[in-house]
Amino acid sequence: MNRARRVTIYGLLIAGGLLMIFPFVWSVLSSFKPPAEILTLNPQLVPREPTLDNYREVLASGSFGRWYLNSLIVAVIVTVSVCLFSSLAGYSLAKYRYAGRTVIFMAILSTMMIPAEMLVIPWFITGGYLGLSDTYLGIMFPGLISAFGVFLMKQFMEGIPDALIESARIDGTSEVRIFFRIVLPLVRPALASLAIFTFVSNWDAFLWPLIITNDRALFTLPVGLQSFAGAHGVEYHLVIAAANLVVLPVLVVFIVLQKQIIQGIALTGVKG
Amino acid sequence: MASVTLSNLRKAYGDNLVVKQFDLEVADGEFLVLLGGSGCGKSTVLRMIAGLETVTDGQIHIGERVVNDLEPGERDIAFVFQNYALYPHMNVRRNMEFCLENQRLPRAEIVSRVEDAARIVHLEPLLDRLPAQLSGGQRQRVAIGRAIVRRSKVLLMDEPLSNLDAKLRSEMRSEIARIQEELGITTVYVTHDQVEAMTMADRIVVIHDGLIQQLGAPMDVFRRPVNRFVAGFIGSPSMNFVDVELAEGGGGWRARAEGVDVPLPERWTRRLEGYRGKPLVLGFRPQAVAAAGADDAMFTGPVQVVEPYGTETYIKVLLGEEPATGRLEPDDQPVKGEPFGLSVSPEDLFFFDPETDAAIY
Repeated sequence: MNRARRVTIYGLLIAGGLLMIFPFVWSVLSSFKPPAEILTLNPQLVPREPTLDNYREVLASGSFGRWYLNSLIVAVIVTVSVCLFSSLAGYSLAKYRYAGRTVIFMAILSTMMIPAEMLVIPWFITGGYLGLSDTYLGIMFPGLISAFGVFLMKQFMEGIPDALIESARIDGTSEVRIFFRIVLPLVRPALASLAIFTFVSNWDAFLWPLIITNDRALFTLPVGLQSFAGAHGVEYHLVIAAANLVVLPVLVVFIVLQKQIIQGIALTGVKG
Repeated sequence: MASVTLSNLRKAYGDNLVVKQFDLEVADGEFLVLLGGSGCGKSTVLRMIAGLETVTDGQIHIGERVVNDLEPGERDIAFVFQNYALYPHMNVRRNMEFCLENQRLPRAEIVSRVEDAARIVHLEPLLDRLPAQLSGGQRQRVAIGRAIVRRSKVLLMDEPLSNLDAKLRSEMRSEIARIQEELGITTVYVTHDQVEAMTMADRIVVIHDGLIQQLGAPMDVFRRPVNRFVAGFIGSPSMNFVDVELAEGGGGWRARAEGVDVPLPERWTRRLEGYRGKPLVLGFRPQAVAAAGADDAMFTGPVQVVEPYGTETYIKVLLGEEPATGRLEPDDQPVKGEPFGLSVSPEDLFFFDPETDAAIY
């Protein structure tokens, strides 16, 4: 690659990067502005009179900590459940031979073709009948099992040589121990990316938690954020401060698991 | 240790019978080699003994027990896979310990057994390495070490050397033979390589098309193959086969074809009585030939290929349409394209029935 070309490419990438990061930088800086500075005719990037009042107000609103906890409970339980059931089902579909295996796999795959927006009403009605409105289980149940996760884990587990599993069987290893001690460690990269995707998408989930919960005490963060848009208009200074607090754990997860995420994206072709 | 007995064993995938009829007894402490080309059913037999494939029909005994319905882990066997099947996320020590942990042995016992096995397969300095950090030969040693650490009754090996290069293969051949002798463990070894079979086995089972063709000590199988398949499979380069006809001439019987004129001694004419005027297949090993002048040449044809190895020279001579291979002394100097004569001593001749492929003795 010659020099001019490299300069052009890097220039474009840097410009693109700056464009991408600008809204984020703007929201972080704005969260330190007093309300008057946010809604002004000549906006400035850097706050003139930086203040922590927005954060104080958000954290003092009482519910915010509770919402944080709700989001954490929901995202963690759903992630654990998806990882466990996806790898169990994927292992079964990849490595055991039984009648109807292909049909079952096709049936699982076909559920991925239906958009969630179409399923929200059946979920709501089912959830209502089962008495799951305004419960954690109600928020979590549509996500506890993931067809995509099953598909992903099956594909990865097909790459494990049969001889490894057979060898363990000959040594008298139980099927459960084979799964946890041989199979799972070998699909760790796939499992890590599945965990990250699942965690982030549940942390961010808005539509379903909004529909299934009425009790403010059960709101997850995205739903709670929306409640700052009150009857008197949107309180932007609070929304921005809260939004930054919401992004924080995702940012931490990303920085800690950056390598796995990149590997995961490269492996699955899924955009994070 | 234990014997292994297969009686009337069969295996079918749907309508496809891959193991047709298998009766075999592996003696206690014996090194038995199942030899055959790809798809002959040899690996299937091994996997049935291990319990990795179900048995369609027949019985498998290990020692006194019928093991047909036992799980692989209950059969007290060890298995070495072609691709080693080492657990990539565990180091050598953990690979060997893992199978012992299933047996709930005391920790001290596990440690001492792993050290024993590591010493036998010369792996002591490598115990803390991961499989990815080992060479092919070292991985093979780990696979064998892992198999012997359990002190099972029977050791099963499925083409364990086929992923190694030629030099390492010959090294590991003698290594496996040494370990097997040291432990005295009953061993069933599957290979397609007749050199492995000849050099390591107490007895060879030659398999073709799901059936046992011949069972015997290596030299017996080499000297007295029961049919054309075995004769062609054992020995390298392969035995030459020529379609001939018997005819009278020169005061006795002769086997004749284009470029072939072999006088038969008295004892052969008696045995070949029934084939007069009928087609017959004559066989001779490349190593049995000698250069011959025009008068006493039995096989004469234009030289197609000359391969001097220094210690010996291999040539291919065209007999009619088919080339025949011969090993010559380095002093014999065949010229490509020129006719060349070969002779074979009468005791090195083989005859086969062209319809049944059975050897005639």
